Amino acid sequence: MHPAPSVIFFTVFSGLGFGFLAWLGVGMPAPQGWAAFPYYFVAFAMAVGGLIASTFHLGNPKNAIKAFSQWRTSWLSREAVMSVLTLVVMGLFAAAIIFFNTPIAVLGIIGAVLALITVYTTSMMYAQLKTVPRWNHWTTSALFLLLALGGGAILAANSFGTILLIGLAALAQIYVWDAGDRRFGARGHTMETATGLGRIGKVRMYEPPHSGTNYLLSEMVYVVARKHAIKLRIIAFVLAYLVPMVLAILSGPAFGTYIIALVAHVVGLLAQRWLFFAEAEHVVGLYYDKR
Amino acid sequence: MTQLPQTTDKKLGLVIDLDTCVGCHACVISCKGWNTENYGAPLSDIDAYGADPHGTFLNRVHSFEVQPDTGGCAQTVHFPKSCLHCEDAPCVTVCPTGASYKRSEDGIVLVNEDDCIGCGLCAWACPYGARELDQLAGVMKKCTLCIDRIYNENLPEVDRVPSCVRTCPAGARHFGDFADPDSNVSKLTAERGGMDLMPEQGTKPVNKYLPPRPKDTLEEVDASAPILTPVSDTPKGFLGWLDKALEAL
Repeated sequence: MHPAPSVIFFTVFSGLGFGFLAWLGVGMPAPQGWAAFPYYFVAFAMAVGGLIASTFHLGNPKNAIKAFSQWRTSWLSREAVMSVLTLVVMGLFAAAIIFFNTPIAVLGIIGAVLALITVYTTSMMYAQLKTVPRWNHWTTSALFLLLALGGGAILAANSFGTILLIGLAALAQIYVWDAGDRRFGARGHTMETATGLGRIGKVRMYEPPHSGTNYLLSEMVYVVARKHAIKLRIIAFVLAYLVPMVLAILSGPAFGTYIIALVAHVVGLLAQRWLFFAEAEHVVGLYYDKR
Repeated sequence: MTQLPQTTDKKLGLVIDLDTCVGCHACVISCKGWNTENYGAPLSDIDAYGADPHGTFLNRVHSFEVQPDTGGCAQTVHFPKSCLHCEDAPCVTVCPTGASYKRSEDGIVLVNEDDCIGCGLCAWACPYGARELDQLAGVMKKCTLCIDRIYNENLPEVDRVPSCVRTCPAGARHFGDFADPDSNVSKLTAERGGMDLMPEQGTKPVNKYLPPRPKDTLEEVDASAPILTPVSDTPKGFLGWLDKALEAL
């Protein structure tokens, strides 16, 4: 799949933003009055910034308001509805804290739950796709949720949360990479099933339908630069998981080191998300003898 | 509405005969022509006269080579591919705006371009590469089964079939109603073992592909044998008398 920068930024930053909102919603940390403003500003800037980035991926964004209508069947529509609902609830929660110094605990807990549901709906846009076997598994959602909570813990400067959740995310990541590498083959999608010609024998491409490229190939059969995948996996794993965990273990509650942990985590996550798309193989590639 | 209909009154679709298709791409061109000049946003081309031309097509012909398991020569199979108008169309349910829908009256899967935001998720959800986002219009394009031909009473009756079917010079494409067991397409599917593409995806495609018929295999023959074998060992009649008479001399 084509690793579009807009979608990479969207999933990384909205995940972090909603993860941080979940921590703020349960009062960890619980800043009061105007001191709370920077916390909520960072959380909202990431969540909203990510959502705005996602609209750059649209071919016809003038109809974007209609994306709230099909929540009965569409995970993308559910994601739109849930993100706005979360932002409204957490906006009210933040306003009560900043302007009136009164945390409304119930509102915060509802907001935290909504924030995690939002991250889940984001993950399901990918995990629902049978056409991309690497994504089509519940561990895709588990990793998105653990990363949102773990990234939120770094933003919340919570050492125990960082160690636990980033640690769990790291374990999930190892499984996701390892199992993902084998799932396309395990699902049994081949050129023979794609063409139905397997009953005769072995199929190979004789001539593609055109000499140039097309939307399908550039969007869904992205095969460039996968040769660096192993190096990028190591970079992503060290920066997104190991560095924040080590810093959280060594420094405990020292705020300054969390800035370094956050920078490392975000850079690592950008590499991880690039791989998430670049390594994902769509079954349509079988019609082009490419994966 | 992106909820799929439980059942559809008709199941309009295509049968594509892989044994008959000669790979001429006439269906590709007629599809592009009809769908550029008629319903919805035209199918744009990018860099059409330049070094790297590409564009939007709703129908593309792939060509494959199959090496039979039983031995013998490899077979070339030309393989036209367009929307299969699946009964369980995954492209419809993922649509966030309701632009994608499957008609309950005839099962045709369509995009309402006025509602489409061009997010591309439906193209991701389709295993067959049947949907392409038009790079100029920014909206999703797909086969409409020429809905503006098949019900169009301004056209002569012979033309009320999809453009690809009308134009196919080999007669490899057939249009009809799969819900009617006596229709041409239902009969062809039953007779020739019409098959689904990537059935393991669970999409239940309406369009069926007729597999190439088994090829003849040559018997082992000694090419010179028929010439050298004596026509008759024991001549009869006049030749038999002559033979005996000459022997007696």
